[in-house]
Amino acid sequence: MQHKTVAELSRELTEKKISSVELTQFFLERIKHFDSTLNSFITVSEDYALTAAKDADAKRAQGKASPLTGIPIAHKDIFCTDGVKTTCGSKMLDNFIAPYNATVIQNLNDAGTVMLGKTNMDEFAMGSSNETSYYGPVKNPWQSDYVSGGSSGGSAASVAALLAPASTGTDTGGSIRQPAALCGITGLKPTYGRASRYGMIAFASSLDQAGLFAHTAEDVALLLNAMAGFDEKDSTSVNHPVPDYTAALNNNLKGLRIGLPKEYFNAGLNNEVAQTIQTAIREYEKLGAVIEEISLPNTALSVPVYYVIAPAECSSNLARYDGVRYGYRCVNPADLQDLYERSRSEGFGTEVKRRIMIGTYVLSAGYYDAYYLKAQKIRRLICNDFVNAFKKVDVILSPTTPTPAFKIGEKTSDPISMYLSDIYTIAANLAGLPGISIPVGFVNQLPIGMQLITNLFGEAKLLNVAHQYQTVTDWHKQSPRGF
Amino acid sequence: MEWETVIGLEVHAQLATKTKIFSGASTQFGAEPNTQACAIDLGLPGVLPVLNKEVVEMAVKFGLGANAEIAPKSVFARKNYFYPDLPKGYQISQYELPIVGKGYLDVLLDNNETKRINITRAHLEEDAGKSLHEDFHGLSGIDLNRAGTPLLEIVSEPDMRSAKEAIAYLKTLHALVRYLEICDGNMQEGSFRCDANVSVRPKGSDKYGTRTELKNINSFRFIERAINYEVERQIQVLESGGSIKQETRLYDPDKNETRTMRSKEEANDYRYFPDPDLLPLIMDTNWIKQIKEKLPELPQQKRDRFISQYQLSAYDANILVSSKELAAYYENVVKASGEQAKLSANWVISELLGVLNKSNLDILESPITSQQLGKLISRIADDTISGKIAKTIFEALWNKEGEVDEIIEKRGLKQVSDTGAIEKMIDEIIAANPQQVADYRAGKEKLFGYFVGQAMKVSGGKLNPQQLNELLKKKLQG
Amino acid sequence: MSLTPDAVKKIAHLARLSLSEDDIALYSTQLSKILDFIEQMNQVDTTQIEPLAHPLDISQRLRPDVITEPNLRNKYQTIAPQVEAGLYLVPKVIEEAS
Repeated sequence: MQHKTVAELSRELTEKKISSVELTQFFLERIKHFDSTLNSFITVSEDYALTAAKDADAKRAQGKASPLTGIPIAHKDIFCTDGVKTTCGSKMLDNFIAPYNATVIQNLNDAGTVMLGKTNMDEFAMGSSNETSYYGPVKNPWQSDYVSGGSSGGSAASVAALLAPASTGTDTGGSIRQPAALCGITGLKPTYGRASRYGMIAFASSLDQAGLFAHTAEDVALLLNAMAGFDEKDSTSVNHPVPDYTAALNNNLKGLRIGLPKEYFNAGLNNEVAQTIQTAIREYEKLGAVIEEISLPNTALSVPVYYVIAPAECSSNLARYDGVRYGYRCVNPADLQDLYERSRSEGFGTEVKRRIMIGTYVLSAGYYDAYYLKAQKIRRLICNDFVNAFKKVDVILSPTTPTPAFKIGEKTSDPISMYLSDIYTIAANLAGLPGISIPVGFVNQLPIGMQLITNLFGEAKLLNVAHQYQTVTDWHKQSPRGF
Repeated sequence: MEWETVIGLEVHAQLATKTKIFSGASTQFGAEPNTQACAIDLGLPGVLPVLNKEVVEMAVKFGLGANAEIAPKSVFARKNYFYPDLPKGYQISQYELPIVGKGYLDVLLDNNETKRINITRAHLEEDAGKSLHEDFHGLSGIDLNRAGTPLLEIVSEPDMRSAKEAIAYLKTLHALVRYLEICDGNMQEGSFRCDANVSVRPKGSDKYGTRTELKNINSFRFIERAINYEVERQIQVLESGGSIKQETRLYDPDKNETRTMRSKEEANDYRYFPDPDLLPLIMDTNWIKQIKEKLPELPQQKRDRFISQYQLSAYDANILVSSKELAAYYENVVKASGEQAKLSANWVISELLGVLNKSNLDILESPITSQQLGKLISRIADDTISGKIAKTIFEALWNKEGEVDEIIEKRGLKQVSDTGAIEKMIDEIIAANPQQVADYRAGKEKLFGYFVGQAMKVSGGKLNPQQLNELLKKKLQG
Repeated sequence: MSLTPDAVKKIAHLARLSLSEDDIALYSTQLSKILDFIEQMNQVDTTQIEPLAHPLDISQRLRPDVITEPNLRNKYQTIAPQVEAGLYLVPKVIEEAS
């Protein structure tokens, strides 16, 4: 049962082979049994889940079910869920019961999904290993002394360990694609503006985007149908119609032009990872795709640019956490300044404080032009790189990460080394482009992911290209031992 | 040493929309604390701003009324600082690209001259909440109802050279925003807040002196006093060899002095940057055109029209157009009076406004309607009553004793214009006062007033003055 | 770009973070390294380039001036650290705001 995809579970539910309550209980049991070692969940919402499951079964009995009715799902603890603790992986929000639902949560609820719980994540989505969480690191289900990736580590690990058939995540610099790669599952970051950011606790507003984890591109397509869409409460939400993302999955790939950025396949890339990707590329050639080399000349600058823009925006976004209206408040504040300083210093972890300070610095008087403005100019150059590339190719292919998962604790004292693990994923956030990571093999018994990027609002094509690979390979069907 | 005063003014006008600038919560004044602070106004995790169309329209109306450029593209920026009444830890404002650019207002000064005061810019921003300092066991209470209310910050060039000029500008601006119906201008409730930047410099110098900022003064009278005090203070400091510290000062109306606000620590670094949750505001020229077409007659236009149409002085016209309601009242009086424009102006300005001010009433609350006042004036014009008697009737109208003709009838106030009756009265007075008549005929011309007085006494003031004068003169001459 | 402990203290204060002396030293080193890393940006000439604030070329949408938010004070204040008489309580605010 745990190996079934969302599509398969949907059929089983329709054929009444299992009820939603049974299915939900099944996964809740698995979470109870396996998650204490994995640490992928912060909150398991058992009552909430069973109520939703009952409702789903009732709907089905009335003949009002749709494809996702009764499907259990886990949500990254960055999405506000009405009446359920929403911590963002931080002590700052350890006591925060969200008083409303994020729009994407509402969309998925309305589609009939059943929330199993809220998953662990890097604090305020800042991290690439899920080691900055107040609630402890998430273990990689394939090898427990390795990181699961971040910031959506819990969402990725829970799906990889078969504790949930699918989950939501967010991606600001790679926080869906990278953990999907390290955990051996499929993870999609849609186009910026495709899914609503309302109720998604903000990290870097011009980069954040909600997305999905599942075992297959088909599952992601099913869920994206429900999750995506215009939201009038989000000024950056785009009013584009939502197509049926499953409709184009089976288009054949003959003549598809795939571009390989030469800057990505250089000395920094682990040899074995490079080889695994090459093997995957050959599958695409067999499917009729045409491979060509392209150039994204400003690639190397995407990391420093990101590490100016994201901290700048986050330093401002996190100013609201001050112990006044919600969240952590220090004990016995002596005066107003003490309230602010201690609540924030005690409530935030090290990485968050680091980024807030970088952000504060780059926006401060005298430095704005040299840092923030400069970064935004280079951002345009990076965008232009993609515009030029997509004149020649339909899809860009690359490794998702330069290496497989690293050991827990290996990079925590070297922030820059940690930041560089996002080198392949960051540019897509800067350009707002949709990107997906799918499993394509193993190195040292750890999963390797391959990334596909396409043009704005090209999710259907992306899912099609990913799906076709999954029809001729079975990396996506593999699961870690012990679960 | 002759000193020149330099004043620049910043006005925060609360725009009279139903909802906040970035959320759909109500802006109604006087609600219970925090009952109009929605998730967005509270800055809850995950919330996002969406711009209110009416706010933009009102800003454009202002720009058009102030002869200003409307920016085709404007950008919202975050002004970052920490304060408990600022829920997000930043205020959404506009920095480098405001919605309204350079403009001007032509202000009528006391001496009937017009001075052009230039406006640097006007931008949109959200208001903060309020802190209540009444003790809650040593704590302050924060009410965020006001957080998110739309403000238009209107910045003038430092073009004013006296407190009087500053007040004239503020009154002109006040009238404009009320005419445009974008702001109710209620200074007590905080919907029209004025900050004055004041400095002095030696006359003839073209360099600006160090300025101080006067904040939180909520009446024109106090602003004038505060500016005057501050100018004197600065001159004294400079003349005794000191220097002006750039700071914010509060005005104490009881002591009539300005004081340093408790000095803050180092000046805030607001780290302005474009708000990534909002996109650039692009103004469609067609929309601006539509807004322009819907603009009401503005104070300046109305003032010019009153001068030419009603032959009024600039001074009188200026008073009458100071509010749309007053101007409308006046025009109704003119109509009801049978086009007695000058007389109507006198009565509205000298008589009505005086009593209204004394009783603290607004023109809309006037117990005397424009119809009634107009009627009264028409009765003066058609010689039914004298101007003096009219004042009595005015009082009666104020006390709601009835309509004009009713009162005239009931109290028998019709003035006597019958030549025969008047002549008879004069004859009686002449007969009764032989000595005065002789003295008058001998040359004491001043005694004319005595006879007029006698006639008025005898008649109960009801004689048509012109006729009385004519006939009296004739008869006295013998 | 080397950040002195003093500079770190100033930044921390702007961000309302209080740091221990050890933290200041640690952050001083780490932040300096990060700023050095960011210096790479100066490798490319951007004098003629327009900054990109948003990946999509769209403009701000406007919403109608209609009340859509009901009074949910009770719900929002159940999660507040300290409230009384409907007000959020904080240590006394002495100065006037800007």
